[in-house]
Amino acid sequence: MNETEMGYMGVVIAVLGGAIRVGTPFLFVSLGECLTEKSGRINLGLEGNLIMGAMSGYGVAYLSGSAWLGVLVAGIAGMLLGLIHGLLCQQPRVNDIAVGIAMMLFGTGLAFYLGKAFIQPVAPRLPALALGSWSDSSVLRAALDINVLFIVGLILAPAMAWFFRNAKWGLIVRTVGESRDAALAMGLNVNRVRLYATMAGGFLAGVGGSFLSLYYPGSWNEGLSSGQGLMAVALVIFARWNPIYCLYASLVFGGAAALGPALQSVGITGGYYLFNAAPYVLTLAVMILTSSSKQRFAGMPGELSNR
Amino acid sequence: MWSYIESIAIPVAALLLSLVIFSVFILFSGANAIDVLEAIFRGAFGSWFSWQNTLVRAAPLMLTAICTALPARIGLIVIGGEGAMVAGGLAAAMIGIALNGLPPLLVISSMVLTGSLIGGLWIAAVGAFKHYRNVNETISSLLLNYIAIAVLNFLVLGILRDPASLNKPSSYPIGDANMIGNIGDTSIHGGLIFGVVTCLILWFVMRRTTFGFAVDMIGGNRRAAQLSGLAVGKLVIVTCFIAGAAAGLAGMIEIAAVQGRANTSLNAGYGYAGILVAFLARHNPLAIIPVALLLGGIRASSGLLQRNFDLPDATTLVLQGIIFIVILASEAFYGKLNWFKPKVVTA
Repeated sequence: MNETEMGYMGVVIAVLGGAIRVGTPFLFVSLGECLTEKSGRINLGLEGNLIMGAMSGYGVAYLSGSAWLGVLVAGIAGMLLGLIHGLLCQQPRVNDIAVGIAMMLFGTGLAFYLGKAFIQPVAPRLPALALGSWSDSSVLRAALDINVLFIVGLILAPAMAWFFRNAKWGLIVRTVGESRDAALAMGLNVNRVRLYATMAGGFLAGVGGSFLSLYYPGSWNEGLSSGQGLMAVALVIFARWNPIYCLYASLVFGGAAALGPALQSVGITGGYYLFNAAPYVLTLAVMILTSSSKQRFAGMPGELSNR
Repeated sequence: MWSYIESIAIPVAALLLSLVIFSVFILFSGANAIDVLEAIFRGAFGSWFSWQNTLVRAAPLMLTAICTALPARIGLIVIGGEGAMVAGGLAAAMIGIALNGLPPLLVISSMVLTGSLIGGLWIAAVGAFKHYRNVNETISSLLLNYIAIAVLNFLVLGILRDPASLNKPSSYPIGDANMIGNIGDTSIHGGLIFGVVTCLILWFVMRRTTFGFAVDMIGGNRRAAQLSGLAVGKLVIVTCFIAGAAAGLAGMIEIAAVQGRANTSLNAGYGYAGILVAFLARHNPLAIIPVALLLGGIRASSGLLQRNFDLPDATTLVLQGIIFIVILASEAFYGKLNWFKPKVVTA
């Protein structure tokens, strides 16, 4: 069967495959944001981490020849931006939302500045598992090429859920996020915990960025990110601060973003640019429908709501 | 009095510190930092030519900064200036194209009204979502940026596309007669007047009217404002509308004074830079005017840096980012600098 014979079935398969492909960066940034928010702080600057991760990961992969080294460096770059964010936010009267916007502008500018040299060269790509090699349909095979980072994310989401529920450190993060006073009474260093949570979240966002440049779309340029890092905050609300739900939410949003290209592949090009808005419209609609002025969200860390 | 000194001394010190950090950054990339700073100054304010360049860039910044500053006064962090500018500019262009041929004064005023109306509704929606559904305004305004840009691309690359525009897909032109001309024989367009006048009016409104007082009161303590009988919801939505209208006006100016047609130049980042201007100006409409000049100057010098030092055009983005971060960090010093305070004799 070729694409045209598959018709709308092909669109469905392409959207499902796209959900994984486009959803992977969403998964990493939303897990990172989830971890940071669980500690009671919002990092709106993950877009900067994502783009810095994409640039540094691509650059290092190109220079060293190893895509995995690129992923690691991308994570470290994200972590360093998280460090700056964390250190700034623990100063008195410094607003974490505003710092996030500043970090977004700074990270983006820095990535464009340092990344100028890497727009042309071709870096090695991350490997994928060809789970669809049994099929002779090219659509199915393309959809079943599962990238390795997605599998890492697939393991990471339940691991993080377990960490929050059972691990000592997970409980510490939750306590700090739930009530600063209770954490202080327990003798915890609130700022230190939040700093580490922001750095770890930044690391994950950086890794998510490296996916963009090293797998899909798989090159470095200045229009690489379309706000995945910014969407993270909305995704985490959508996922009710639950890492497992972050996985589902990322797939839904990845699918929404893959809708336009999938329809285009079967010849429906009319509203292509309008379909680009699908993930944003979906997020906005979900937020309007599920928010309430009367009560706070179930699962929302207490420190985030009382301000 | 000391608080006035403080509110000028701290931002100035922060700006100087940003320049130092930026210089270190430039040194690392192998250029002479002093030369680069000198070139930024020359590109921004060194000659009449660069002044004109700066002023043209400052005009939309003043308006998009209002889009963040005004909601900030009422306690909302709105970063939707980019989207409101695109939506307003696009709507203005559509009206301009539709009315092309009628008397220019009528066309231009319809464009001003439509641009501000659509931009205003764009951000008023953010305020309404916040008030009625408690949707985080920062996120919703950001999502609306992307939605506006998608609609712009859809229309400009679709039904509005002028087949004659090959290199840069654009809509049909609004017509030369309907363009806002330049001031005198300069290359500064009339948009600057819109920007300055809007800032001045809003400064007066925020300082001298009951409305401004109510806005600041809600921003200071929402609960207290509610208990004292203020219609918080209505005021939030009206404030957001004015904020969005300013950004929509910026879009209209970009269309009617610069581009002459709608294209992707509408989302050139003025909305995001406006956020920085608003925070630097501490959300004071009067302070926005000089800060917009400063930022406009930095943006204007970008080309000179590229030509003279072979630095990437993102250099000025890095500088803006550093300034933003240092300014925010400087918030921690307010009220801490005792040498500004007069000695208070306590009994």
